Amino acid sequence: MCGVCGCGDPDRRDARALARAAAARLVRVERDILEKNDRDAAANRARFAAGRTLALNLVSSPGAGKTALLVRTLTALGERGPVAVIEGDQQTSLDAERIRATGAPAVQINTGKLCHLDARLVADALAQLPPLDGGVLFIENVGNLVCPAGFDLGEAGKVVLVSVTEGEDKPLKYPDMFHAARLVLITKIDLLPHLEFDVAALVANARAVNPRAEVLQVSARSGAGLDAWYAWLAGRRADAGA
Amino acid sequence: MHEVAIAEAIVELVAEHAARDAFRQVRRIHLAIGALSHVDPRALEFGFAAVASGTVADGATLVIDRPPGVARCLVCQADVAIAAYGDPCPTCGGAELMAVGGAELRVIELEVL
Repeated sequence: MCGVCGCGDPDRRDARALARAAAARLVRVERDILEKNDRDAAANRARFAAGRTLALNLVSSPGAGKTALLVRTLTALGERGPVAVIEGDQQTSLDAERIRATGAPAVQINTGKLCHLDARLVADALAQLPPLDGGVLFIENVGNLVCPAGFDLGEAGKVVLVSVTEGEDKPLKYPDMFHAARLVLITKIDLLPHLEFDVAALVANARAVNPRAEVLQVSARSGAGLDAWYAWLAGRRADAGA
Repeated sequence: MHEVAIAEAIVELVAEHAARDAFRQVRRIHLAIGALSHVDPRALEFGFAAVASGTVADGATLVIDRPPGVARCLVCQADVAIAAYGDPCPTCGGAELMAVGGAELRVIELEVL
């Protein structure tokens, strides 16, 4: 029996499939795949602008020293307006606890299987933080030099940390992240005397991937270079109208 | 593997269009994944097959265009093709290039029933 009208014609057995194929049509979409994240990021950005809040997205591989730098920075910034931290990690609230020990509020986001923060997660975390008008929000992304590169959170800029115990070629190996960064912070420079690390080569590689990147060298342990980092932050706060 | 998040965003867009454009099945999804974007097409196909299962996009084939990377050389001012960030200018060998194209992640068109 044919599949279309039940007339019993064996030659028409596949007619229904043929009819279905003929019914296929094209739907024009022309939309950005990440448009929902971009909308959420724009809402975050508008909120930061309204509150004259500087929001920075800190990214690096695991262990580059994001939390150590923040602990030191929060202690130094504590007297100059509200500060807060959103911590992204796959699991545990260990980093948020380190931040809270400085007296700054922190919200821990456990991303579970997700390898990056997205704008919605940041919006949800913001709801748990006190007002940050005229202050600074640090978003410590999941330690990962690949995935967070593509997800706008509404930040004023990405700060990528790379420690001197990593390779000078990191910017070439992970170009998306270094290309997306506004500032490259070379960390743990107190260790340089013990290493054969070519800082100039790292800077050249970062600039090859991102000619506009600013570069600073710091040690959260010795305090070297932190004044330049604080001056950079003060400049970005001024940009934010704080 | 953030391609899973990208695949989920594609399925969400498709589901939205299924309601709006009245279709129940998608046969092909035509995408543009720029050469300088942060998405690996093979990882995306893998993630998509898992994420689309049980949705209106279940079983759909991804047809992926790869628009090439384009950058402006700050040394010779030419717009040149590059395969990756950090590539030197193929015309003058300059190392200072600003990407101007090839980072897109777009859904272009759906073939639906």
